[in-house]
Amino acid sequence: MASLDDLYKEIILDHYRSPRNQGELEPPAHRCEGFNPLCGDEVIVFVSLINQKIEEIKIGGQGCSISQASASMMTEIIKGKSISEAEEVIHAFKEMMDIYESELSGEETDGTSSSIDLGDLEALQGVVKYPVRIKCATLAWNTLTQSINEIQNIDDSL
Amino acid sequence: MTIDVAEIKKDFPVLQRHINGKPLVYLDSANTSQKPVSVMDAMEDYYRQFNANVHRGSYQLANEATAILEGSRDKVTSFINANSRQEVVFTKNATEAMNLISNTWGREHLTDGDAIVLTELEHHANIVPWQMLASEKNFEIRWIKIDDNGHLDLSDFDQLIRGAKLLSFAAMSNVLGTFTPVKELTNRAQEMGLTVHADASQYTPHTKTDVQDMGIDFLTFTGHKLLGPMGIGVLWGKESLLESMPPFLGGGEMILNVTKEGFSTNELPWKFEAGTPMVAEAAGLGAAIDYLSDIGMDEIRNHEIDLTDYALQCLVSEFGETMSIFGPKNSLERGGVISFTFDGAHPHDISQVLDEDNICIRAGHHCAKPLMQVLNVGATSRVSMYLYNDRSDIDALVSGLHKVRDLFIP
Repeated sequence: MASLDDLYKEIILDHYRSPRNQGELEPPAHRCEGFNPLCGDEVIVFVSLINQKIEEIKIGGQGCSISQASASMMTEIIKGKSISEAEEVIHAFKEMMDIYESELSGEETDGTSSSIDLGDLEALQGVVKYPVRIKCATLAWNTLTQSINEIQNIDDSL
Repeated sequence: MTIDVAEIKKDFPVLQRHINGKPLVYLDSANTSQKPVSVMDAMEDYYRQFNANVHRGSYQLANEATAILEGSRDKVTSFINANSRQEVVFTKNATEAMNLISNTWGREHLTDGDAIVLTELEHHANIVPWQMLASEKNFEIRWIKIDDNGHLDLSDFDQLIRGAKLLSFAAMSNVLGTFTPVKELTNRAQEMGLTVHADASQYTPHTKTDVQDMGIDFLTFTGHKLLGPMGIGVLWGKESLLESMPPFLGGGEMILNVTKEGFSTNELPWKFEAGTPMVAEAAGLGAAIDYLSDIGMDEIRNHEIDLTDYALQCLVSEFGETMSIFGPKNSLERGGVISFTFDGAHPHDISQVLDEDNICIRAGHHCAKPLMQVLNVGATSRVSMYLYNDRSDIDALVSGLHKVRDLFIP
């Protein structure tokens, strides 16, 4: 049976109470909003790209501990990465959050088949045991994915 | 007379359930209520003993099935004190009932330049159907604001209703618990020529509903919040209004005659009941009404006033300034629904921690996002009570909330 300790690890509560990279970035930084229609949580991801590198990333909006902590940790790992590196991290995180993958590979694996070290983000693996909360954990990541897609579409049209 | 909650709890099998060795504390009845054995028996009995299609059988079984469906209509008729059974239309739920009004009455009466009046308390079911129609017919939607206590602010009511065609409002808020002044609103609106609809989804399960005394033109509610099954709701409308409205869905049952050239509609209420109806659900709804009527709606209301008072007192004394409680402070002005936020803990996390002790409450926007925007919150926690709750449920909630505080507020 899953227990609250699996979900609310100290590192998660720490990021929730003291979110990193919170705030906004002025244009020309890219702004992208994500919603969880189930609960009304909202995340705004601001990305500033210089030479295909994510120089700055900030998070606005509001949400539960899981969505806020996940967003905060995401900014830490993503900041300074190239677009393609960021996409690899997103992929690795999504894989960890995939309930079926996690069930197939048994409990307490590192959850990822890639070689990417997710660091603190591994603490979010317990969320998989609470299926309703997976959407909380992935909200910021889906919004970042959308943001990257939008940025690339803008680049393509230039 | 007070009600015997310990005895009532025995009638609800799910409330006997233990999960991981702990009893269930169900405080989410504004979402859906639990069902007594008599409701389940009525539904099962229908399928075991009486199943046949209604209104078209020429044999005894079919006549008995029809009698069950129409018998439940009679029970609803007297439960809400409708003038006649012709005024009681079965729908899938309250949402469908409101879509029926917007698609028939609304489509006939509302056009470019018209206006309707809603309130900031509304559930999406009393907002979106009107927005859908407004985008087609181009009429204005005006909003009655709420004050700091969660009551309707009626200071500009006369201006808001001037020239409008419809006033549609919740008789009780599903978020704040506020009882709105139905008779006052209705009187003033009808004097100005408006048609009035009350969404009674939260009201009818918890207090005596008398459509003639309320004076309204339409009333809608759902079965599953008043101990009945999911899948049945009610539209009540004044007979003359329903007569004047075009049909909603087309098909069998709602016609008198069909030719290649066209059709004529059936009599009320069947004109609005296309297709095979939900007979087992009607049987369940009838049994639910019997159950509530045996206990007495006034007794249920008094019990909820007492329990709401107790809950409000406990929450305020235990958590003080760290908790924001929305809505009227006086339990006489509200139903047994309490929405709150807790400093430092998000509603989702609160309900997650409470779930460890099988305490069921709702977290989120409660299908009332415009109200969330007015309250300036993304979500709230909502506790809602019914006749099968007692002080022990509130005590469990309070101790669960202490765990929340210990975890999130260092």
